[in-house]
Amino acid sequence: MIGRGEIAVVGAAESTKIGKVPGMSQIMLHADAALNAMAECGLKPSDIDGVACVGPMMPQQIAHYLGITPKWVDGTGVGGCSFMLHVRHAAAAIHAGYAKTILITHGESGNSRINATPRPPEPESLNGQFEVPYGPFGPPTLFPIPVLRYMKTRGVTHEDLATVSVVTREWAGKNPRAMFRDPITVDDVLGSRMIAYPFRILQCCLVTDGGGALILTSSDRAKDFPTKPVYILGTGESVETNMVSQMEDFSSSRAFRVAGPTAIEAAGIDRKDVDHLMIYDAFAHLPLYGLEDLGFCKPGEAAGFIREGNTRPGGKLPLNTNGGGLSYTHTGMYGMFALQESVRQMRGTAPAQVAGAKISVCHGVGGMFSASGTVVFSNERP
Amino acid sequence: MLAPDRPKPKATPETKHFWDGCKDGKLLLQRCGDTGKAYFPPRPFSPYTGTRNVEVFEASGRATLHSYVIHHRPVPGFTPPYAIAVVELEEGPRMMTNIVDCPQTPEALVLDMRMEVAFTPLDEAITLPLFRPAKESK
Repeated sequence: MIGRGEIAVVGAAESTKIGKVPGMSQIMLHADAALNAMAECGLKPSDIDGVACVGPMMPQQIAHYLGITPKWVDGTGVGGCSFMLHVRHAAAAIHAGYAKTILITHGESGNSRINATPRPPEPESLNGQFEVPYGPFGPPTLFPIPVLRYMKTRGVTHEDLATVSVVTREWAGKNPRAMFRDPITVDDVLGSRMIAYPFRILQCCLVTDGGGALILTSSDRAKDFPTKPVYILGTGESVETNMVSQMEDFSSSRAFRVAGPTAIEAAGIDRKDVDHLMIYDAFAHLPLYGLEDLGFCKPGEAAGFIREGNTRPGGKLPLNTNGGGLSYTHTGMYGMFALQESVRQMRGTAPAQVAGAKISVCHGVGGMFSASGTVVFSNERP
Repeated sequence: MLAPDRPKPKATPETKHFWDGCKDGKLLLQRCGDTGKAYFPPRPFSPYTGTRNVEVFEASGRATLHSYVIHHRPVPGFTPPYAIAVVELEEGPRMMTNIVDCPQTPEALVLDMRMEVAFTPLDEAITLPLFRPAKESK
């Protein structure tokens, strides 16, 4: 079994620009972030011997574009949390001796759509037969499908869900790179343009351009790098279904309930030890599901936990401190940016730094509750 | 009544019986031979135990409204606002659908209200199992 803190992140960077980047294609967003991550830890492409990125045929595109000859590749593509799975797989590969220095990249021209890859479900696929004919059109129509059931089961109000966006924006206000930084109120959220009831535009993520990259190696080697190592204490992953209509429980994600606790148990930590939390917020309900399914709150208590200020600046469990997918950036696969913020918090370099933070949990979702990955980081090696 | 540009499903060998059933006005589910539990979407084995011992049976068409969104933006084949719903069938499985014969509003669409299947032809080959509020609940 892999040891707690045996593997570390030694390189972490986003693309030079995020938000609207019409001057870069999708593959260049990958490369721009990768070059930034290699530069900060003093590596060249020839020093990288493992590559992970999302999707079929992508590792070879990225490796060739960057001039890397990998001995290990991973093209796991389960949506926006794929990068959490890449971290988990890369840590295992380094532990096994398959590679020494692994680069994980993301690039997505979600807004400008330069060399982007749209893939509507085929009419013969299960989604194509049993969901698409009823008019879902992208994540804003599918991800919120369970929300009304969650609200009824858990006793959650529209105001509670609006509060998630308000608190997230409060964090974004502290981050100069966030796309939206002006404070908003619950009334602003509930008065914003209706997209797919019960969700309005301020409860849906941004659609941006950007990239990010991580470099992992063994913690024993990490001391030779100029960057402050961020140790991986534990990881978890799971999938449930690619059809949101077929989730077992509309008030809880089975994939969350597997990935999150697996990572926390592997890390050997108690939930009360967690100083900083990222929960992939493609839509406003996700932090509520995440807080409950990862065990930070009992079922039905997450909305109150947020309403009472526990996750906002100065609260006891700072959540989505970069401004999240709701206000910071969301290229389509946001998980890479959640990981970047966890690494910044552990390095002590985040724009909204949580003073003295030692343990960060980073939890991702893929598809519409279809996949999940969780990573527990620390700046102290156990 | 359905717009001709609505996306059309295409049956596979494993799902053909379902779409044929809809065309004949029958909602066909499958039942696991080991557990007796119904399941959906169609496949020629049980997702509960893996057994290939499964049978096709006709469901009652009765359901309850489990959850939904009301989409407010234009989509080819649809006139907003329209509800994209998930119903829970009396036999247990849930399926995505649209709600007909009912205002597409939060006030009219109440969770757990009783629904019944309303087979609605899309073209000569495909009939969709849409749902309407059950008559006795009106």
